[in-house]
Amino acid sequence: MTKSSDGEIVQFDNVGLRYGADREVLSDVSFTLYPGSFYFITGASGVGKTSLLRLLYLAQRPSRGMIRMFGDDAITLPRERLPSLRRRLGVVFQDFRLVPHLSAFDNVALPLRIAGAAEKDVEKPVRDMLDWVGLSGRMEAAPAALSGGEQQRVAIARAVIGRPEILIADEPTGNVDPDMAVKLLRLFEALNRLGTTVLVATHDMHLLQKVPDSMIMRLDKGRMMDPTGALRLPPRRPQPARQMPT
Amino acid sequence: MKLKLPGASPLARSWRPTAGSAESRLVLQARLSGPMPWVIAIMVALTVLAAATGLSLRNTARAAKVELSGGVTVQIVEPEAGARVRQAEASIARLRTFPGVASVRQVPQEEVDALIEPWLGGSDSADIDGEAIPVPALIDARMNGAVTEARLVQLRAALRSVAPAARVDAQSSWLRPVFDAIQSLQWLALAMVALLAFAMASAVLLAARSALGANRDTIEIVHLLGGTDSQIAAIFQRWIGVDAAGGGVLGIAMGLVAVLFLGRRFASLGAGLVDSGALGWGDWLLLALIPVLAAVLAMLTARLSVMRALRRLL
Repeated sequence: MTKSSDGEIVQFDNVGLRYGADREVLSDVSFTLYPGSFYFITGASGVGKTSLLRLLYLAQRPSRGMIRMFGDDAITLPRERLPSLRRRLGVVFQDFRLVPHLSAFDNVALPLRIAGAAEKDVEKPVRDMLDWVGLSGRMEAAPAALSGGEQQRVAIARAVIGRPEILIADEPTGNVDPDMAVKLLRLFEALNRLGTTVLVATHDMHLLQKVPDSMIMRLDKGRMMDPTGALRLPPRRPQPARQMPT
Repeated sequence: MKLKLPGASPLARSWRPTAGSAESRLVLQARLSGPMPWVIAIMVALTVLAAATGLSLRNTARAAKVELSGGVTVQIVEPEAGARVRQAEASIARLRTFPGVASVRQVPQEEVDALIEPWLGGSDSADIDGEAIPVPALIDARMNGAVTEARLVQLRAALRSVAPAARVDAQSSWLRPVFDAIQSLQWLALAMVALLAFAMASAVLLAARSALGANRDTIEIVHLLGGTDSQIAAIFQRWIGVDAAGGGVLGIAMGLVAVLFLGRRFASLGAGLVDSGALGWGDWLLLALIPVLAAVLAMLTARLSVMRALRRLL
């Protein structure tokens, strides 16, 4: 899963990020993600959670510091090698970022098609995934015809359809009712049990309690706060990745 | 909650280029929209016209050169009729033995009369009997290969002893200004083709940029989901290709109608030089290639412009 000898899948070291000439939105951020772990990033709105996630899903390069992903230096990695790195990630964007003129089915199928899957290998997995998130009856609906919660579930289905090694979710329960929020969290846990590293950014403190084995990273004014010390340590109970169902 | 995940991760981790139609659906809303196919159609039609003109002029020049390059005209400019006839006969005899001369014939009096009729009236005119207005005797000789200045000098020297009144001229030299004009028109046609290609590439560039702007969000999503620059460029390339193909078919149809119409008009003139400019099969094939080349140019332009724009993203 990773080229690194000590098993980390992502490593941030003294990362700083500023937009233009403004002050840094992230300063001296250092942390490590390990395979098969479940992480929360918390903090009030505007503390830099989304900026941190943008660095993680390779939408942005940092202003300074070092980022290693899957054993590669993500900052100096040639641009043409970034897509292969991105395909190892699944991202649930805060604003869903569904393609407006594609149906729910086609939106979920997008990562598979981008990866070059043949159409015969797309249909069943996508139908299964949409069925799983409770949208089997809305496959042909355009995003505009879906409610906020439905859009969010499509976004989640799209993020996990390609079995990513890391799932990054930015406020994934922000637009769903409490029952659906729990259901989505269970989905993330199930993925995590299958070996996917999960990183959820949320300001919902109640959510954190529902995943007791998770580790919590707290951002405050662009700096990583680590009162428990758990952030810089490996998971307390490292969970070996399970085999994929065949 | 039982999770049944598709086993697609191997696909997601090893990229292989694909040309599946699914990709092109990403920018479906931009396809065949706007004036793009019509712009390409007009460009192709104008290019077909310019190219047909250039090819026709080239054919005319070639035919005329083949016709005239080995031609030599000998005029016996002798006012006394008897001497003119003798010198003409002696010239013909000398020319038949001259090395490199393929054929010799004296231009019949009827043809000479017809040539000068527009200026001096018909042969029944009182003055045109070879006496009142002496008309030179004309000899048309064909030589193997082109008539160079050196060969002309040799010919003049050979005829001087038997026909002191002979004037020897290469036929091609009379039409040199015409050839020069034709060549200029050929260059003009070529320049027009180049300018039209440039204009079409510019139009495609603008269309690709506009489509990029209209689809920026979609492109960013595809980009963040692991889409490569080549893959995104291929979507635009295919989209522009479809527009270019549609416009190209329409354009060549319009262009060919115009070429055929003009061809018929010129053919009805019945002028030898114009007839010789008729397009051959190779020329028609070349014209048929124009929409194909236009589509290739459009797709290449779209690809390069999109790739360049994408390089600005991380």
